[in-house]
Amino acid sequence: MKILIRSGRVIDPESGLDAVRDIYIAAGRIVAVGTVPADFHPNLEIDAGGLVVCPGLVDLSVRLREPGFEYMATLESEMRAAAAGGVTSLACPPDTDPPLDEPGLVEMLKFRTRNSPGPRVYPVGALTWKLKGERLTEMAELSEAGCVAFSQADAPLIDTRVLLRALEYAVTFDLPVWLRPQDPHLARDGVAHDGVVAARLGLPAIPVPAETVALQTILLLTRETGARVHLARMSSRAGLDMVRRAKHDGLRITCDVAAHHVHLSEMDLVDFDANCHLVPPLRSIRDRDAIRSALREGLVDAVCSDHAPVNDDAKELPFQEAEPGAAGVELLLPLTLKWAREMQVPLLQAIDLVTRRPARILGIQAGILMAGQPADLCIFDPERPWTVSRQTLLSLGKNSPYLGMELQGQVMYTIIDGHVDFKRNH
Amino acid sequence: MNGDLQLNADGSLRHLLTLDGLPARILTQILDTAESFISVAQREVKKVPLLRGKAIFNLFFEPSTRTRTTFEIAAKRLSADVVNLNIASSAQSKGETLLDTVANLSAMQADMFVVRHAASGAPHLIARHVAPHIHVVNAGDGRCAHPTQGLLDMFTIRQHKGSFHNLRVAVVGDLLHSRVARSQIHALTTLGCPEVRVVAPRTLLPRDVDSLGVHVHYRMETGIKDCDVVIMLRLQNERMQGALLPSPQEYFKYWGLTPDKLRLARPDVIVMHPGPMNRGVEIDSGVADGVHSVILNQVTYGIAVRMAVMSLLAGN
Repeated sequence: MKILIRSGRVIDPESGLDAVRDIYIAAGRIVAVGTVPADFHPNLEIDAGGLVVCPGLVDLSVRLREPGFEYMATLESEMRAAAAGGVTSLACPPDTDPPLDEPGLVEMLKFRTRNSPGPRVYPVGALTWKLKGERLTEMAELSEAGCVAFSQADAPLIDTRVLLRALEYAVTFDLPVWLRPQDPHLARDGVAHDGVVAARLGLPAIPVPAETVALQTILLLTRETGARVHLARMSSRAGLDMVRRAKHDGLRITCDVAAHHVHLSEMDLVDFDANCHLVPPLRSIRDRDAIRSALREGLVDAVCSDHAPVNDDAKELPFQEAEPGAAGVELLLPLTLKWAREMQVPLLQAIDLVTRRPARILGIQAGILMAGQPADLCIFDPERPWTVSRQTLLSLGKNSPYLGMELQGQVMYTIIDGHVDFKRNH
Repeated sequence: MNGDLQLNADGSLRHLLTLDGLPARILTQILDTAESFISVAQREVKKVPLLRGKAIFNLFFEPSTRTRTTFEIAAKRLSADVVNLNIASSAQSKGETLLDTVANLSAMQADMFVVRHAASGAPHLIARHVAPHIHVVNAGDGRCAHPTQGLLDMFTIRQHKGSFHNLRVAVVGDLLHSRVARSQIHALTTLGCPEVRVVAPRTLLPRDVDSLGVHVHYRMETGIKDCDVVIMLRLQNERMQGALLPSPQEYFKYWGLTPDKLRLARPDVIVMHPGPMNRGVEIDSGVADGVHSVILNQVTYGIAVRMAVMSLLAGN
């Protein structure tokens, strides 16, 4: 299969390219950018005039809900949704049922995703058996089976000694550990940021120290062990300040935020919209603004969707009883573009946050649009408005805080491994 | 907040979910209407036909005796048909969802749901899903709101003090878990009370409670000084010992309302309590049964206020 993508505005964070170029693809690779290769006869030509062509998106957290939660969504449905969102590589957290704590489960997942169309799937293995926070998993075996990192997903790790041991064991094999900083005691029973809205609505609260206390522990143990730690889903200004200091002190850490947290705050809870029941909780406007500037500053390494499709029955409940999470893999690009527009950040820098930089965190060869690289690309219309609705979302999870709202920027084509995996039929 | 959900397009009341954001004119309208129902209770025949033929379902997902009973009496005095459902022990335990329960009862031609639920926002969820002719009254949801209690407290204050404009009011006790306190605070600030204080140890105050427009006092000595109204809150048993408070004894010593402490307030202070009281924990019997107490009046007024709310929502 040979593809010619004509006249698109090509954006590549790696080379810093932002210019109109033709792209030539053959045998799953980018053959050339700009210059016509000799004897190139495409089977397919895509007219990308007025569109942006960038590396395929790399999403650090997409729940495919299999195994175990097929009533919420299926692997096929969410892979399709991810492709429609321009995602060509994704990491899936281990919070399935059973959790990804055995090599056999991971091999099965890899096998199934390899044999279906859609993005490349990189499983994140469970850090502890059953995510119980007690016994280490067979990290080396899991890594051989295809796990790219290890995490507790959103499950608590109560015993600090287990955390220390897990980091030490991971260091042995130089395996990355992804941790979402949250002290389980301070967060217990909480569903909303401990601030003005929780005070008003009477929702059980999660204070900012739930993040910072856990973060302090993680930072100290990271320094102690030299582990490769990635901090997932930062939510507070105070937490980001600590990450800034730690990075400044030379600690080898990275961090991400979820796309919803770049735009929403506790204020969006006022009508008890269960679609705004997220993990970590949406915090104050001050915290939200700190996330927005930390992204511009480069302190935050990546934006992910933290995609969590939830069935209607589990969402149409009182706020605190509703299953947390929002479906968002199809909103990752438009929400990142929205941030860039509002903050007047160059498109190149915005794209970097959802392509090259998360690819580096994953340690995979992706997120680069240059000759010789795998042909994983996203072609999108940066201006095109569309309305988020149950019909427009391909994910089986219709749980979006943006339902009924208009966003700008829509993926037109997703090319994975040199094939058109998704094409929008206008 | 939630203004759109509880008001009709013409600004009249459609549901009563919270006093947060409800305009003063609606609060006053409810209090004025309640005033007209006080006399009904003194008649030989304690009934008016305002809700004749209407079916009211008391949906209690959490146990309650007093609130459910006063709603029932209020509905019956308005000539409505009342069905009491104690759902904690029926459908929900069989796995039926909240919205399924409501849909089933709606199919039985309900006109109004009076809802109590342990989760904040549950009545809002129901209100968003019921047919347009059905009204929802929140009878207490989680820690969020207990609007009819808040209204009957305002009614009590107005009966004894005339207006809200020169009052200093203290709300004392477990603010963190109290839906009653939240409704009282919203009503007091909306009705123009110039100084609302909250008095509690830091463990029983929500963070950012001052954003509700109240003055925070940790100690009774400063908190109730020169107050015209002191509202005591119930302290739940399970919160008397542990990480929130060391013991009921220490709580009583520092935050329990005794005749001695009450002398710090204005000489004509009134003392209120939403009930049920823990004598010797948050309130001394000398105060509960004393001359400043209007606690039993609150109960009586509660029926008139609930009649007012239900008749304004669904009156013929």
